[in-house]
Amino acid sequence: MKNYNVIEVENLTKKFGDFTAVNSISFEVKKGEIFGFLGANGAGKTTAMKMLIGIAKPTSGKAQVAGFDVFTHPEDIKKNIGYMSQKFALYDDLTVKENITFFGGIYGLSRAKIKEKRCELVEELGLGDIVNELVGSLPLGWKQKISFSIALLHSPTIVFLDEPTGGVDPITRRQFWEMIYKSANNGTTIFVTTHYMDEAEYCDRVSIMVDGKIEALDTPKNLKEKYNADNMNDVFLKLARNSS
Amino acid sequence: MLPIIFVLPILQLVILSNAATFEIKNIKFSYVDHDKTSFSRALIEKFDASTYFHVIANFPSKKEANAAMAKGEVDVILEIPRYFERDLLKQKNTDISVAINAIDGAAAGVENVYINQIVQDFNKKAKVALLTPTDMVNTPIDIVAIPSFWYNKTLNYKTFMVPGILVLLVTMITLFLSGMNIVREKEIGTLEQMNVTPIKKYQFIIGKLFPFWILGFVLLTVGLTIAKVVFNVPIIGNLGLIYFYTAFYLLVVLGMGLFISNFTDTQQQAMFISWFFVVIFILMSGLFTPIESMPMWAQYVTEFNPVKYFVQVTRMVMLKGAGFNDILPQLTKTIIYAIIMNGLAVWSYQKTT
Repeated sequence: MKNYNVIEVENLTKKFGDFTAVNSISFEVKKGEIFGFLGANGAGKTTAMKMLIGIAKPTSGKAQVAGFDVFTHPEDIKKNIGYMSQKFALYDDLTVKENITFFGGIYGLSRAKIKEKRCELVEELGLGDIVNELVGSLPLGWKQKISFSIALLHSPTIVFLDEPTGGVDPITRRQFWEMIYKSANNGTTIFVTTHYMDEAEYCDRVSIMVDGKIEALDTPKNLKEKYNADNMNDVFLKLARNSS
Repeated sequence: MLPIIFVLPILQLVILSNAATFEIKNIKFSYVDHDKTSFSRALIEKFDASTYFHVIANFPSKKEANAAMAKGEVDVILEIPRYFERDLLKQKNTDISVAINAIDGAAAGVENVYINQIVQDFNKKAKVALLTPTDMVNTPIDIVAIPSFWYNKTLNYKTFMVPGILVLLVTMITLFLSGMNIVREKEIGTLEQMNVTPIKKYQFIIGKLFPFWILGFVLLTVGLTIAKVVFNVPIIGNLGLIYFYTAFYLLVVLGMGLFISNFTDTQQQAMFISWFFVVIFILMSGLFTPIESMPMWAQYVTEFNPVKYFVQVTRMVMLKGAGFNDILPQLTKTIIYAIIMNGLAVWSYQKTT
């Protein structure tokens, strides 16, 4: 059950005019895996991710996400994935409860289901009265945890996280990763980009993008051995320094 | 924000409807009287008695009067020649000179008409005074045209302006708000979040349109209430017809706003483009200047101005009591316009780039 691929990418390329943002990348992600997608700023991570979640059209190559082709069925992919962007993207002027109802509705959950999910969420996160507060008034740590939970609301096959822990304190980051582990254990595939190399250590497998290409892809352990480094930070530096 | 959306247009409607007047009043009148007789004084008194003219100066010579005109202190100089009374009595014929500041050509034209009316009136009375019984028989009968003003009997410009300004406010607010709406979501990142959900394009557009559509109706209702209560504008036709037309009209404006929104990246850009259209729509709507007086090419351009149709419909229905068949041409064009604009809005909203 755990061994089939939920993401299959082959020679995926995205060009903006003469500039090649993503240069023929290939990889697979297995069900239930925590896949770390690393790279320096401008290496093409976000563009690659946007193609996988169906909001950017690839220039060439092949990609299947949750069993659907990114060229022909982007809307079917969207039904089966969750997404949390680096820009916090819940509606600030709605309460937590309203945001849950709204996004639940968009994914076609029934009212009863939404209510059930909401109660689960309130309990898991210990939201209490916060559920009736405007999202805009909450601290960033709370916002991100809620945002992640809402991305999981419709029980997607894969969750894409674009730098989910940017700007939060180490304790909240820790809690956040506990949430990630928990959902991975439930069989949800996690596709995560990050700048924090300690977070890369938490991933099952890691790919490192440099100048639009995937330069390395393996488990953190194997990568450290291969590049003769003590931690992922050194691995990253060794790879990124070779870039132009 | 919500109170501002309602308070500002109400203030605008009340203030602008009083300010946007075409009546020329308080004309700064001056004269040079070389004659200084009872006749010349009687003429000047006639101007003084008029509500339009405000006699502010009596200059000893034309030179000083001209200097005052150059400084903008006076609008009109009436020069009464020497022997004005004598010539009138003897020759029954004389000339007076009138100089009008014509920087604003339209105002000068109106002033000229007022002056002529007063002089003619003076003429008639002078004639009667000078007539001898024998002249009576030979005097031709004056033909006087008695105008009857339809649809706005008292020539109250507010009756004319209020429905127009109301239309303008409804248009501006719904266009600006809808224009900035999707762009705002682009800026804060929620649009990207929406694009990753399986939401359908039409669902998204309808969800965006609907609140502003309702808002447009609320604004219209508030505006109509003010028109009736504050300005006592007659509402002769069926209000339901205005609402029926507005339902389609708002779709045009909102579709346009969303279309602009889709092509811009920031609220500033959206605002800039919305203003571009609003200014053209206002000045080419026939609200302030009659479309019939525009050059032919400009008249063709106004065919693409939705505000023009809305101004026509509200004026027709409110002031003339027009029925469904009367507004059918405007309604048809508006519906076609709405279909095109919203088609473009849905088409240009791309979930995938």
